[in-house]
Amino acid sequence: MRFLFKTAYAQDLGLFRDAVQRKTYVALLVALLVLPKLVPDYLVDVTLVFIYGLCGLSLMTLAGYTGLVSLGHAAFLGIGAYAHVFFVHDWHLPWVLSVALAAAVTAGAGVLVGLPALRMTGVYLSIATLAFALIIQEVFTRWERVTGGLKGKPVDKPVLFGVSFANDVAFYFLCLGVLIGALWLTANVLRSPTGRAWVAIRDSEIAAQSMGVNLAIYKTMAFGYSAGLMGVAGALFAHKIGFLAPDIFTVLLSIQFLLMVVVGGLGSLHGAVYGAVFVAMVPVVISQARDAVPAWAATLAGPLGKPAAAGAFQAVDRFVKQPGLEPGIFGLILVLFILFEPLGIYGRWAKIKLYFSLFPLYKRATFRRQRAYMRSERLR
Amino acid sequence: MLIYKATELVNFAQGDLMMLGAFTCYMFVVWYGLGYWIAFALAMLLVALFGAALDAAVLRRVIGQPQFAVVMLTIGLGAIFRSAASITWGSEIYTLPTPFSAKATRLAGVTVSHEYVAIIAGTVALCAALYAFFTYTRVGVAMQAASQNQLAAYYMGIPVKRMFSLIWAISAGVAAIAGVLLAPVSLIDINLGFIGLKAFAAAVLGGFGSIPGALVGGVTIGLIELLSGAYLPQGFKDVAAYVVLLVVLAVRPQGMFGTVGRKKV
Repeated sequence: MRFLFKTAYAQDLGLFRDAVQRKTYVALLVALLVLPKLVPDYLVDVTLVFIYGLCGLSLMTLAGYTGLVSLGHAAFLGIGAYAHVFFVHDWHLPWVLSVALAAAVTAGAGVLVGLPALRMTGVYLSIATLAFALIIQEVFTRWERVTGGLKGKPVDKPVLFGVSFANDVAFYFLCLGVLIGALWLTANVLRSPTGRAWVAIRDSEIAAQSMGVNLAIYKTMAFGYSAGLMGVAGALFAHKIGFLAPDIFTVLLSIQFLLMVVVGGLGSLHGAVYGAVFVAMVPVVISQARDAVPAWAATLAGPLGKPAAAGAFQAVDRFVKQPGLEPGIFGLILVLFILFEPLGIYGRWAKIKLYFSLFPLYKRATFRRQRAYMRSERLR
Repeated sequence: MLIYKATELVNFAQGDLMMLGAFTCYMFVVWYGLGYWIAFALAMLLVALFGAALDAAVLRRVIGQPQFAVVMLTIGLGAIFRSAASITWGSEIYTLPTPFSAKATRLAGVTVSHEYVAIIAGTVALCAALYAFFTYTRVGVAMQAASQNQLAAYYMGIPVKRMFSLIWAISAGVAAIAGVLLAPVSLIDINLGFIGLKAFAAAVLGGFGSIPGALVGGVTIGLIELLSGAYLPQGFKDVAAYVVLLVVLAVRPQGMFGTVGRKKV
């Protein structure tokens, strides 16, 4: 195990822990910069990963760092998307200004939701955000002058400072840039007094209050910040899908975002990105598996004779072509993660790392969480 | 229609259990040609058993973990149920034939169809039964104890694990009843479960953990929906319940009959 001795204040202030970490991130950045040359076919999916990464980041600050679980983040995404498209198309504002305005509008909506949230904790908050999301979805459908209603609203490709970002590669770099900016901003906010206050609220509201954290202000700020990020993500998302309709921003999307932070690992920025990679890649993997799995089944049943193999192929084929299968797989993944790895991919990674750095001395109890069996203990 | 909560467990899969109940009943009635009442009882029993099995297999593992884990778990389970139902029964919409279908009575100048009468009667009977069960029977009180403080309940000799399984069984059974009662009114399809979200509005309005509160809340939500459908522009009917829910949560989060819990240090 390595111990890091800090010898200068600059080390405390630096964003990265040491030179190794900094070099790792630089290497990652270089890899991402050359990625469009390496896998041009999957570029669209990777761009989606970046946008989902923004969403994950947004929900991570709220759920993972402040402890406020929102079931309505798809609504914020929708508000951001519709606001941006409205500003760009109907008011003909410049792109950057429009995104900023969309983020501001979404942040305002977040604060509006956050205000009643001050009086709620835990499940009540989830239900309230869920209700909010359902109301907003209805608003998207009915407010036709702005949103186009059920007919939907087409979105043009982004144009920044007169430069068109129409092709996939340019849009990839745009999303990458925004994601890096958001990560940098969030990492710094979380190290600031604000971020520490959020974490204090997550761990114990009463303790935070006793230490002088103003719950009302910081919770509202968390909501506003999270919603604002979601607004930016929504603007990019609008360009990504190219066509807005109310039935995109459903509760299922909100649940996917939650899946993202849970699978990635609550309480880590890495987790948000891992979760985004996971959630964006699962549909791709599923669609690939849809073609591959029946053949495997046929191979497995091969020794039983030809009719058995053909039968297995058809049965499995019919099963995997069911349209309802995908949400079920998402649900299954969610359940398995909650049961077996509540800390998510990031937690698993941290455990593996610790195992090797402590090599013969690793013990499982390091990560065991205390369980609360009393009602009063579960209140925070 | 009502979701009842006497435990600390908040079940986002409740609506999907309702859907399962309705589908099971439909299957017995239409595919196997059983009588309505037999199918009703069978569906309730099956779903209740399913609930108990679910607890034993999955939910028991998260006891003692933060509420967030339970919420996420039930959301995940709900998604699995919906997907399983769409694979088993397809995504068509079914209607459930019942003994009350297409009959109506004129009562004090208002036409009331028998389906609604059945729903109201069923709900009231169910609430009364549940209320009595939780207040007067040993098992009911033991359940309340188990939900208040699992450790203390365990020390007092209450088999907490079995209690939790039983709670889930009852909860799933009630969901099945609600699903079957609702089926003739709202048709059966895999999204029946989303109506369960409105039940949350009812439960919150009445106050979580209060059975009479849930009943009053359910009736209030139903009335508000009907009235907003009649007097407000189109579109308000669908969201009225959620608007009320938000307002209630903002103004009086503990609901009409709820209790306020705060950790004492």
